[in-house]
Amino acid sequence: MDSIIVKELSKRFGKILAVDKISFSIKKGEIFGLLGPNGAGKSTTLLILATLLKPTSGEALVNGFEVTTDPDKVRESIGIVFQDPSSDELLTGYENLKLHALLYNVELNKIDEKVNNVLRLVDLVKRKNDQVKKYSGGMRRRMELARGLIHEPQILFLDEPTLGLDPQTRAKIWKYIQTMAKKLKMTIILTTHYMEEAESLCDRVAIIDHGKIIALDTPNNLMGKLKGDTVLLRGKNIDVAKIRRLPFVQRIETQGKDIKLTVENSAENLALLLETAGKIECVEVHPPSLNEVFLNYTGREIREENEKGNNW
Amino acid sequence: MRKGTIGKVAKGLYAMWYREVKVFLRERSRLISAIFMPLFWMFIFGQGVGSIVKVQGNYQFFIFPGFLAMTIIFSSLFNGAYLVWDKKVDFLKEVLVSPLSRTTVFFGKAIGGISDALLQAIILMIIGFFLRIPFNPASVVLTLIMLVLLAIGLVSLGLIIGSFMESPEGFGLVASFAVYPMFLLSGALYPLNNLPSWLQVLTHINPATYAVDGLRSIILGTSSMSYAANLGVLIGFDVLLVLAGTWAFNRMKL
Repeated sequence: MDSIIVKELSKRFGKILAVDKISFSIKKGEIFGLLGPNGAGKSTTLLILATLLKPTSGEALVNGFEVTTDPDKVRESIGIVFQDPSSDELLTGYENLKLHALLYNVELNKIDEKVNNVLRLVDLVKRKNDQVKKYSGGMRRRMELARGLIHEPQILFLDEPTLGLDPQTRAKIWKYIQTMAKKLKMTIILTTHYMEEAESLCDRVAIIDHGKIIALDTPNNLMGKLKGDTVLLRGKNIDVAKIRRLPFVQRIETQGKDIKLTVENSAENLALLLETAGKIECVEVHPPSLNEVFLNYTGREIREENEKGNNW
Repeated sequence: MRKGTIGKVAKGLYAMWYREVKVFLRERSRLISAIFMPLFWMFIFGQGVGSIVKVQGNYQFFIFPGFLAMTIIFSSLFNGAYLVWDKKVDFLKEVLVSPLSRTTVFFGKAIGGISDALLQAIILMIIGFFLRIPFNPASVVLTLIMLVLLAIGLVSLGLIIGSFMESPEGFGLVASFAVYPMFLLSGALYPLNNLPSWLQVLTHINPATYAVDGLRSIILGTSSMSYAANLGVLIGFDVLLVLAGTWAFNRMKL
């Protein structure tokens, strides 16, 4: 059975169509990513699935229950970690978790044990009696991650789980998510605008832009559909015009001294490319990443700061 | 209702009450102001106005029931600000996404708010003992009943206002609009029978009037209406506002 089925779901805020007839389904036990820039409609979709927003039209089934007609049943089936912290700062980590367990009808004599179990999972046992306001951003996120797990939901929603965290903390959180998914056999749906996150965590990724799903597949397949690897050339006097004429070069982008190319079949064509380029300082070849996938589908990079300056 | 449902609702209500009380006791400024505000009013306002107002008997005794009502009015209504605050810091999302129904969430919030307000009133009652306010076991129980009845309606009103507001500042403005006329026209500070008739009309539609009158009848034995009549009006007010409150929570958006 599919954990989540979404059919022609739309959400309109006034004049803005935030979600535009999207459809997808998520298998049990899958880690599914909604990838897209800010304002693409990812969080709106998640909030509709969590019954906190009502859809304008369309249908969504979560764990077999319709979100508009059976919201209480839906909420019993899910756990959610919000993008913005939603714990009480004046309470300790332990108290926040206990509160959550009570809200989710966990048996009274099991609350202490379950709270301690999830605290262990996210390495917060030592800090459990500190007020949350004394936690760092990463600790608070871990605590909220733990909170989403106490009632052992079948489906876990993660809204930008590592937004604003430093790379080390991010890697740690990824590890926790993967451990949890395996240990507890949960279905996980997450939103992100970090390519690396979608690439390293998700079984399947839906790329969403302007409220529409523009591609949906495994990260590998999405990248495989792109013909070509990314080649980075560095040098002062590279002849860009000449390179442009090579038939196997798909796309050229200059970033200062660097030139970023998409090259078909780079293993065979690299020699000719280097010959054409002339004197270069260094070369890097990457297999395509989701970043290129996104670029390919939308014609722009996912990070807004890079939106300007693409000169291809 | 199935047994499982009752357990679920009870745990949910307990969870929200647990948080409300923990936070209240942990925020020292709230606790300190709960103790000192009524003291200021009793001694500074009571002495000052007492020197110019003529009432039957001791003015400090006359306003004591008024201050009890005042404590409940202010702390109950402004409790709604914490709902707005919860929206702002996103804690409300955590509660609304739990399997509890919106109606249960309303009751949980209301019980928390009533506890806070009652705790402050009890502190004032303890101060009253030292001021030789003539309390006896029966009047303590009747006073508490009256205070709870006033708190139920006003906490609900605060939560209703809070459910519509997005900023704490906005809440403050709207709530002040309700709270000051209600307090000043309740008879808490001065007898109402000398007011001009158009103001008297307002005092009669003010639920706080009935609470103040009821409290005075219990504590001092002087009143203009019977205890039962006061009780009846307050219960009607509570039923109305609790219904409105559950409605407001069921339609509340984030």
